[in-house]
Amino acid sequence: MASVSLRGIRKSYDGLEVIHGVDCEIRDGEFIVILGPSGCGKSTLLRMIAGLEAITGGEIAIGGRVVNRLEPKDRDIAMVFQNYALYPHMSVYDNMSYGLRIRGMPKAEIEARVRKAASILELGDFLQRKPRQLSGGQRQRVAMGRAIVREPAAFLFDEPLSNLDAKLRVQMRIEIKRLHQTIGTTSVYVTHDQVEAMTLGDRLIVMNAGRAEQIGGPIEVYERPSTTFVAGFIGSPAMNMLPARLAADARSVELDGVRLPVNVSAEQAGRSVVLGIRPEHVALGGAAEAGAFPLKVDFVEALGADTLAHGYLGASPAQLTVRLPGSMRVAAGDTLSLVAPPERLHLFDGATGARL
Amino acid sequence: MVENRPWLTFASHAVLVLGLLIVVFPVYMTFVASTHDQAAMLSGPVPLLPGRFLVENYATVLFSGLGASSSAPPVALMMFNSLVMAVAIALGKIAISIIAAYAVVYFKFPFRMTFFWMIFITLMLPVEVRILPTYEVVANLGLLNSYAGLTIPLIASATATFLFRQFFLTVPDELAEAARIDGAGPLRFFRDVLLPLSRTSIAALFVIQFIYGWNQYLWPLLVTTNEDYYTVVMGISRMVNVVDAAAKWNLVMAVTLLAMVPPVIVVVVMQRQFVKGLVETEK
Repeated sequence: MASVSLRGIRKSYDGLEVIHGVDCEIRDGEFIVILGPSGCGKSTLLRMIAGLEAITGGEIAIGGRVVNRLEPKDRDIAMVFQNYALYPHMSVYDNMSYGLRIRGMPKAEIEARVRKAASILELGDFLQRKPRQLSGGQRQRVAMGRAIVREPAAFLFDEPLSNLDAKLRVQMRIEIKRLHQTIGTTSVYVTHDQVEAMTLGDRLIVMNAGRAEQIGGPIEVYERPSTTFVAGFIGSPAMNMLPARLAADARSVELDGVRLPVNVSAEQAGRSVVLGIRPEHVALGGAAEAGAFPLKVDFVEALGADTLAHGYLGASPAQLTVRLPGSMRVAAGDTLSLVAPPERLHLFDGATGARL
Repeated sequence: MVENRPWLTFASHAVLVLGLLIVVFPVYMTFVASTHDQAAMLSGPVPLLPGRFLVENYATVLFSGLGASSSAPPVALMMFNSLVMAVAIALGKIAISIIAAYAVVYFKFPFRMTFFWMIFITLMLPVEVRILPTYEVVANLGLLNSYAGLTIPLIASATATFLFRQFFLTVPDELAEAARIDGAGPLRFFRDVLLPLSRTSIAALFVIQFIYGWNQYLWPLLVTTNEDYYTVVMGISRMVNVVDAAAKWNLVMAVTLLAMVPPVIVVVVMQRQFVKGLVETEK
């Protein structure tokens, strides 16, 4: 086990920079999730930690040792791939023990480690099978077993659940979480799935276009997104983003005739902002209440537990989605009176998208 | 498709049987001819039923050749030469091209694609086109009348390199990366992962290249003047071209049949692997 330090990591392909300097100190035993849309550079970042991609700039240290120039095998890491990357012609046992055999570990020790990993992962009955005789979830467990037996300083996961069906994904997510609680090895986990990220990560690195937009705990990222990108990426359905203007006294925000009270410092007064409201942070309220605003419902999605109402804010063309209790009966054409608590509103700079 | 149309079944079987007869009949005639003595061959219509000289004819050609009237050595020796040539060519081609393909696919080096295309372009230069310059080189190296001269010039193979390259390209990159993380160096990855995965491709290529090597005619004809290095395919033609005598067709036919046996054995033994190698997509 060890800490992993990323200091100003950059990556260029033929002069085109795709990762623009990522800094993060990953503590010993921490589970870090790198989250972002496809093409944001999250896998490239992981592959640089693994040593599969050369590092253009910056420094990666694992357990205090700078590994920039080390081969993957000398970095003391183990990686789990999206497509499992099991050796198709080897049995499960051979797959798991291959790395140990190459390192010349004594047979008895290999046997002990493989048996131990197999029992953690409940693979004991499959050790003599070939990968093609296993189901997707079992293959994924073998891939994790191959990582566990190495007892590395850090696990690297590259979208390990993306090839599984939805039900299995939930189950494996729980297994990975449990595994991390049991073994406690520092883990870096790449995914584009925000549910995986929120449930697994001690901290998240939310990436966009080669930059770390925000690094923080899942709840922090959800409650205080530092940019409009993070705000829109985390949360489902996505946060409503409405262009607005702060009032002259900075006590409220105005959009198309609707005024909502907010708390910001006075020097921000009068500037144009983006107002973020999460669909789940809007509640029904009396029309007379302070800060109440009308929503003209355009269409409704009843999900059972919740009802999603999509509509227009007052008479303005600004679209808004709200999540209401499933017991609410709402129909298209209704006008709802809603309130949003000021502390649940997010304000971002209108030009840069940074949180105010 | 499950259909029950008796006439269609009958017609399709009839076509297949007819086709089979057309293919098998000459082989049968060869066999029949090889079981008669020379007199039967020379006197009028060729017999349709086997004669009584089966063992005698085969023993003659195998161990003493066609006798004084022919310059060909015993067939057993020629078959041994052919076998050496075919196996050496097949194994040599596979060994060289799998390594070449490995380099082209898995290593980044300057002019990588240039080298690949150079190899690929040699597809346009079959043995017959480059036979004279190749002969010159082999002669100057003193390799005439040797197994080395018979095999080495035919070992380079663009086809096999290309086939292995295509196969390697279908092996997921993650496998190589997983091996790298596991600590397997390039040679170890090649030996432990790539070679076992290529097993069926290797088998398929072995069959193709064995037959290619066995059936070489022009090249052995050029580089061998010493009877000890004659191969069986060129030997047959020598037996037919006899001067001042009738060709011993019954014996020639026996040799022909013998020459067919090893390729047939190779195909039959490796058939399953061969078919898998050509059609397999599961990695």
